[in-house]
Amino acid sequence: MLNVKDLVVNYGAIQAVKRVSFNVQQGEIVTLIGANGAGKSTLLHTISGLMRPASGSITYLDQPIQKLAAPKIVRAGISQVPEGRHVFPGLSVQENLQMGAFLRQDHAAVSQAFEEVYTYFPILKKRRHQDAATLSGGEQQMLAMGRALMAKPKLMLLDEPSMGLAPLFISEIFDIIQAIHQAGTTVLLIEQNAKQALKVADRGYVLASGQVKLSGTGAELLATPAVQQAYLGG
Amino acid sequence: MQTFGQQLINGLSLGSIYALLALGYTMVYGIIKLINFAHGDIYMLGAFWGYYSISYFHFNFWLALFSAMVVCAIIGVVIEYFAYRPLRHSARITALITAIGVSFLLENGMSYLVGANARSFPQAIRVVTYHWLGLRVSNIQLLILGTACALMILLEVIIKRTKMGKAMRAVSVDPEAAQLVGINLNQTISFTFALGSAMAGAAGVLIGLYYNSIDPLMGMTPGIKAFVAAVIGGIGSVPGASLGGFIIGLLETAVQAVGLSAYKDAVVYFVLIVILLVLPAGIFGKRTREKV
Repeated sequence: MLNVKDLVVNYGAIQAVKRVSFNVQQGEIVTLIGANGAGKSTLLHTISGLMRPASGSITYLDQPIQKLAAPKIVRAGISQVPEGRHVFPGLSVQENLQMGAFLRQDHAAVSQAFEEVYTYFPILKKRRHQDAATLSGGEQQMLAMGRALMAKPKLMLLDEPSMGLAPLFISEIFDIIQAIHQAGTTVLLIEQNAKQALKVADRGYVLASGQVKLSGTGAELLATPAVQQAYLGG
Repeated sequence: MQTFGQQLINGLSLGSIYALLALGYTMVYGIIKLINFAHGDIYMLGAFWGYYSISYFHFNFWLALFSAMVVCAIIGVVIEYFAYRPLRHSARITALITAIGVSFLLENGMSYLVGANARSFPQAIRVVTYHWLGLRVSNIQLLILGTACALMILLEVIIKRTKMGKAMRAVSVDPEAAQLVGINLNQTISFTFALGSAMAGAAGVLIGLYYNSIDPLMGMTPGIKAFVAAVIGGIGSVPGASLGGFIIGLLETAVQAVGLSAYKDAVVYFVLIVILLVLPAGIFGKRTREKV
């Protein structure tokens, strides 16, 4: 579905992503794990069209997308839940979700998407008239995920959804990621919380200093001593 | 009491014009963090469009007002496209200086094209003065106040209720996240310039009707005062700009009423200095909030 090949991305003077290749098949949950500064967010921003690669290619459903502008990539069916939530303060929860459906014209389908999002996240329905800035961190994460779902993506990119959340929220977020996946959305999940991510993922890649160091199924990587040592605290 | 009531009415009609202008400053600042110093000159172009359309095309007042808004919206979008868009990723000071350059271009360009002399604005509407409770109120004053308030309400509805208005707010708080949901930044910024410039165009026609005199440099002082109004209200805040406009209008009228006409501009700038010292974010200014 998504095929990244020999991707090089510069971030200012730094080469943040160095010839990275990986792929995501339709129906999978794939995770990219790695420490801070491994190039994970740069990679996602490049897929979403916010950054341009220096070289290499990104193909999605057999079409090259590395030169497309961000709105076209959303229209093609790739939605990102950015690191740090990035909900729109000053807009209500409902307006934030409405912005998620910005490119959709079909009103009936949009109201159905609202219902779906409110089914995944009942708390958002309760808070729908509240300013998004007044939500807690966990609720903002749910809103950011709901906003991405409003576009009805085929592929959902999640950047560190568990960052800064209480353990209770983390397991809830991971449950919902699995539910979204079961409903037919392919998921590319970026995490520092390697243990949780590898448990739910079909396959994973370990990224360090802008390069893929290891890859395998979630279970394989969980059992790899190097992964255990580096990311799971021994 | 009578004088007070009279000055209040004068101040409100003048203030509503500053408010219309201040809205453009605040919206553009909100979305691209640029103080668009050419904004006062868009207002001048609106006044000139009103002048020509009424004198030569024999437009009535409403058609002149509406067409001035459309023409100024287009000019605003064109200026953004050619002058500011190429500088989107440059330092803010570069865009600011460019805005000053655009302002000079419009002022001197118009002086060259139509002549620098002042001309009298055609009487599109016959002046009728009402006498109520000892107050003199002209139909022009009521028209200005009414039109300005109607436009401000319209703008508020556009920003709060429409999809493009919500997209404007989304871009102004988080341009990166806005792109991730599929909002086109350039289109949204063009839309903002169109709205702000249309308001300035309307203000230009209204001031022509009020003061009867227009010239190519007429945008300079009101432009700066409207900028002060936007700062007082809290730059980036739409209700703040309206309120700031009325405050400046009332203040200026009050200073004239007590016989200090020569100092009316100085007082406005003095207020700016005081506001910047005691309330730098303005009345409705947001303290920056961050949540991780």
